[in-house]
Amino acid sequence: MQAAMISRAKELLQGGQVQRVLGWKTGEFVYDITPAVFQSVEELEAEFVYNDFCGNNLSKYLIKESRQPGKVLVFLKPCDTYSFNQLVKEHRILRDNVYVIGVPCEGKTDGETLKAAGVRGILGLQAQGDRFLVETLYGSQELEKAQALPERCQNCKSKKHVAYDELMGEEGQVLQSGRFDMVEKLEAMTPDERFNFWRGELSRCIRCNACRNVCPACSCEKCVFDNDNSGVAQKAAANSFEENMFHIIRAFHVAGRCTDCGECSRVCPQNIPLHLLNRKFIKDIDTFYGDYQAGEDTESRAPLTNYTEGDVEPSIVYQRGGN
Amino acid sequence: MQGMNEFKPKIVAFCCNWCSYAGADLAGTNRLNYPADVKIIRVPCSCRVNPLFILRAFQRGADGVILCGCHPGDCHYTTGNYYARRRMTLLFSMLDYLGIEKERTRVEWVSAAEGAKFAATMNDFVATVTKLGENKRLEDLRCKQQ
Repeated sequence: MQAAMISRAKELLQGGQVQRVLGWKTGEFVYDITPAVFQSVEELEAEFVYNDFCGNNLSKYLIKESRQPGKVLVFLKPCDTYSFNQLVKEHRILRDNVYVIGVPCEGKTDGETLKAAGVRGILGLQAQGDRFLVETLYGSQELEKAQALPERCQNCKSKKHVAYDELMGEEGQVLQSGRFDMVEKLEAMTPDERFNFWRGELSRCIRCNACRNVCPACSCEKCVFDNDNSGVAQKAAANSFEENMFHIIRAFHVAGRCTDCGECSRVCPQNIPLHLLNRKFIKDIDTFYGDYQAGEDTESRAPLTNYTEGDVEPSIVYQRGGN
Repeated sequence: MQGMNEFKPKIVAFCCNWCSYAGADLAGTNRLNYPADVKIIRVPCSCRVNPLFILRAFQRGADGVILCGCHPGDCHYTTGNYYARRRMTLLFSMLDYLGIEKERTRVEWVSAAEGAKFAATMNDFVATVTKLGENKRLEDLRCKQQ
């Protein structure tokens, strides 16, 4: 796939249809993939990669890239296309300046997940059916994909590209996934158990803001947490209130716009399952206001900028369950 | 000196200028009783209330926060309270998800003619929050009086 992508990108670059290519290149380690803009054929040939570590969602970079002169070519995986659509809908990406090639994805792993599965000294990775062959400093190792893929890919919501100009490989389907299972499990707990669970998770937060910076939905020109006049801008959270507040407000600000791409949890250096907050909002929106998948199209109104006269009252929260 | 150690909750009530604030006024002119622990903050519309307002009220020492607005369909700005309704439903559900007592937050629709309802709502809410006790799960110790 990588060779085909490079040759197609070269064609478009040489033909003058696009001026830049947004893709991935390898960082310091093989599993350390970073988004990159390629300006020339030589750069492409030397550095462009597409492998099983390319989990980075490139959509957010298009906010800036689509405003540069000329056209930019971007490779998007199925779940990235949802973020792309959502940003087009919010007029953050200038659609005319972007040429999208949809690329297939069979699940992307990352260094953290492999390390958690007990792999050390990673040198390379190859997918073989539902197994990964990992080459390490200490010899090669075989891993089941179920064990070596992060949670977001195990519960993949869609293999279908919702936006593209050109497609490489075969088009997939929207999948039925168990992505709300953990949310349901948490909902079934007592409030005390839930409180303790979230204290355990959120108290690890170091307020590095990585979740916000990577999130395609968090694209405000000025974030409330950077605004010194908001009263909530600060560096490290001082206490439990600030930890809770930051995550509640961040999840709320992307409610109805979050496509559940899972980047927040991927980049969290403290491994906080931030996607569980976003999924709670998605699940609630689905239950209260009808099924809605952000980024599925570029026209529909987002649930929080819409209403019906017969919406449920907030008191429904008290009536639900014994907990 | 009766009840020195009795817990008296601090309640913040966000009231919309057009209905609920006038409703509170009517409760006053009708000499209806409701606890003095309720601090009313007037807002132009119930949808002016940002989720941050609610969290910040808890931070600054509130034990309960209630939002009052015009009845759905009666909004002075036509649709403001419909948006507020969706936002608050999701926010309260999220607070519950994080294990914060859901009874500490409430939304009530009170019109300018419902002075009695305003007083009854506040009495009921204060009683509920008193039963729950002090807000511990969303407190900020730096904001507490020593």
